[in-house]
Amino acid sequence: MDAINVDINHLKKGEVSLGTSIMAVTFKDGVILGADSRTTTGTYIANRVTDKLTQIQDKIWCCRSGSAADTQAVADIVKYHLQMYKANNNGKSPSTKIAASIFQELCYNNKDNLSAGIICAGYDEKNGGEVYTIPLGGSLHQHEYAISGSGSVFIYGYCKKNYKPNMTKDETVNFIKTSLSQAIKWDGSSGGVIRMIVLTKSGIERLLFLPDEYVNA
Amino acid sequence: MNHNPFHWGRPSDSTYGPYNQQIAHASNVNPMARQQQQSDFPTMHTQRPMMTGTSVLAIKYQDGIVIAADNMGSYGSLMKLDNVERLLKVGQDTIVGISGDLSDLQAIQRILNDLEIDESYDAGDDEDALAAGLKANHVHEYLTRIMYNRRSKMDPLWNACIVAGFDDEGKSFLKYVDLLGVAFASPTLATGFGAHLAIPLLRQRVDSEADVKKLTKADAIQLIKDCMKVLFYRDARSLDKYSMAVLSESDQKVEFHKDVKVEDMKWAFAKGIKGYGMPQL
Repeated sequence: MDAINVDINHLKKGEVSLGTSIMAVTFKDGVILGADSRTTTGTYIANRVTDKLTQIQDKIWCCRSGSAADTQAVADIVKYHLQMYKANNNGKSPSTKIAASIFQELCYNNKDNLSAGIICAGYDEKNGGEVYTIPLGGSLHQHEYAISGSGSVFIYGYCKKNYKPNMTKDETVNFIKTSLSQAIKWDGSSGGVIRMIVLTKSGIERLLFLPDEYVNA
Repeated sequence: MNHNPFHWGRPSDSTYGPYNQQIAHASNVNPMARQQQQSDFPTMHTQRPMMTGTSVLAIKYQDGIVIAADNMGSYGSLMKLDNVERLLKVGQDTIVGISGDLSDLQAIQRILNDLEIDESYDAGDDEDALAAGLKANHVHEYLTRIMYNRRSKMDPLWNACIVAGFDDEGKSFLKYVDLLGVAFASPTLATGFGAHLAIPLLRQRVDSEADVKKLTKADAIQLIKDCMKVLFYRDARSLDKYSMAVLSESDQKVEFHKDVKVEDMKWAFAKGIKGYGMPQL
């Protein structure tokens, strides 16, 4: 039994994978999360309209990639912890950093049993939009923007070249739409519709882009 | 006396490991030739498919056959090429649709091209002689022999093929052959994902040979289009652009449609799907 050269990307029997393209981008007024909608079991598309953008708190959301079961379980636990935080702190909302920290604790301490790549992003008045990425090993990294999932490998160059700090909402939506459009084009495990969540001072906005709209972005 | 050196006393395998046979067989004869002679098996290059094509679908209708295959060339999960033509025209009126490894598809292309040249050698420019020459049943039989013999050498062409065309009497011919040399005929055929998702849909309309005469050309084309749509929904290695060939028995002709796009897809309902369990925004 080889404990060093283990295939960590191997799914357990019957497990479903979120072969995915996800990203979160901070901009002038807050942060936008984006994701595709394909869930695969091998090469069969088990769900072509998945919602990979999950609400953890009012204005703290996460993008899920990896095992569908693992990420759902972890997200549910983090949601619980943040509800307890709010209850025990007089209704004070937790910061994005706290949410990301709880994600990190769970992913790091259970690293042998989890296949979860998560991007945690949120907006608060004091810090504006923030993006934290928690890759497979359970480390925590803060970025201005983050990309993840199997499809992200195809857009590292494009995103690096085209990201600008402090973009407007429309510029950011287009940046995410074009980036995910390319990720979906090249990655067989990504596809379907592009979902986005916009988190700003004004509130939470859900956006949806169908294939006809993004295929030539 | 036992003259077999391998049966003379030697240290136990469990302590010193198995005997190194190369010592006993060391010689200065050409090593490559040596290897061929020693082995009980033929030289095996069984392979894994690298660049691949997904499903091919075909159905018989009242006046012929409709066959389709998409234009995707996948490299594992990388959707590398979107301009791969997987329906090959052989002779005057035979279409061979090939799925599986693309390098082997090109090898089959070269083989069938040579066959075409050999068979049309005496016909020259005479259209009638050419038309009477290489037919679909000949192509299929030839291809089957090749596929089976390659598998028997443990060196398969890693493909699943559907041959569509007309036989010597001008009747519709539709038959399958794959990397194992398995060959069979049916009014509805599909390879890869198509075998799981499309065959049930095709068989709903054409369950047996008797139903073939009830299916019109327009309905057959629409049925294949619908199946290609379902495959684009559910096969993670498919493309929404494909080629379709319509073969008609009455005039023994092939209509080749390139760059056909999947249409009428339903995606708008995704708006109503939020979260995965408890209600969320």
